[in-house]
Amino acid sequence: MKTKAFKAALPYTMPICVGFLFLGTSYGFLMSSKGFPFVYPMLMSLFIFAGSMEFVTVELLLATFNPIYAFFLALMVNARHLFYGISMLEKYQHTGWKKTYLIYGMCDESFTINYMAMVPTDIDKGWFMFFVTLLNHIYWVVGSTLGALIGKVIHIEATGIEFVMTALFVVMFINQWEDTENHRPALTGVLCSLFCLVLFGNQNFLLPAMVLIILCFSIDQRKKTRS
Amino acid sequence: MTTMQSLLTIIAVILGTMTTRFLPFLIFPEGKTPPPYIIYLGTVLPYAVIGLLVVYCLKDAFNGGYFALPEIIAILFIVVIHKWKKNTLLSIGAGTILYMILVQTFFVC
Repeated sequence: MKTKAFKAALPYTMPICVGFLFLGTSYGFLMSSKGFPFVYPMLMSLFIFAGSMEFVTVELLLATFNPIYAFFLALMVNARHLFYGISMLEKYQHTGWKKTYLIYGMCDESFTINYMAMVPTDIDKGWFMFFVTLLNHIYWVVGSTLGALIGKVIHIEATGIEFVMTALFVVMFINQWEDTENHRPALTGVLCSLFCLVLFGNQNFLLPAMVLIILCFSIDQRKKTRS
Repeated sequence: MTTMQSLLTIIAVILGTMTTRFLPFLIFPEGKTPPPYIIYLGTVLPYAVIGLLVVYCLKDAFNGGYFALPEIIAILFIVVIHKWKKNTLLSIGAGTILYMILVQTFFVC
């Protein structure tokens, strides 16, 4: 039963394998260029397992110590998981002990595959989703550890490598933009952030920006329910 | 930051991340539907947060000597190449390499 589920899950994860090895390597390389030993990216990938947040955590580790801020930033950056969770409430039912791990490892890619994949009826869905999540998790940890180790051995001029994070978010922004007709949420995010950046400065703008974004959406939602 | 402080920061990030993953399953056990406001936030927040993160990445760029010129050039390049090839990894890789070349050769601090 397990082998069958594994064989069904593997091909679904191959594109993620390529992507995660590439992005994970860049992440490990970035951490190593900032002077962190390889256990940092390895353990962070293992325990946080949320790519974009791990990139942001590099910045947090280089800034002033503020764990409360780090907690709320992680909540905000990963808020989309709330939506994933709501969508997976039914699918993750009746998966036994595997359910805890399925929720723990619910990154964007695992969610997408587990949500979309048409699993044949003769394959155990719980094990299928478990292997999808596990394989993606392994690719990511291996990628970031590899990147960090390469960074220790090969000394190339790494100035500007941190731009990989900006590039990642810009591409995600374009993908999301083309995915939908309604650009209000994306514009709300950019404009609220720019407004707060100008008003509060680059050190303090993030928290007010998050509050302002949620405030805008709450007002929007109220208007919609009234009309 | 000391090692202890780094560790606490990472733990805070883990707790924040895991809260977002486990919360729906804790609040809505089998058969309970979430209120419309939460579902609504779940549909719009992902778009806004990516916008926020783009601005976050560029927060220090305007304080540099070149008024974000290398960043702007690299982002425009990413937009063009992504519209053209529609290959996420290619766009990220090419954009990052272009930026590295720019700041190492033309826009040296």
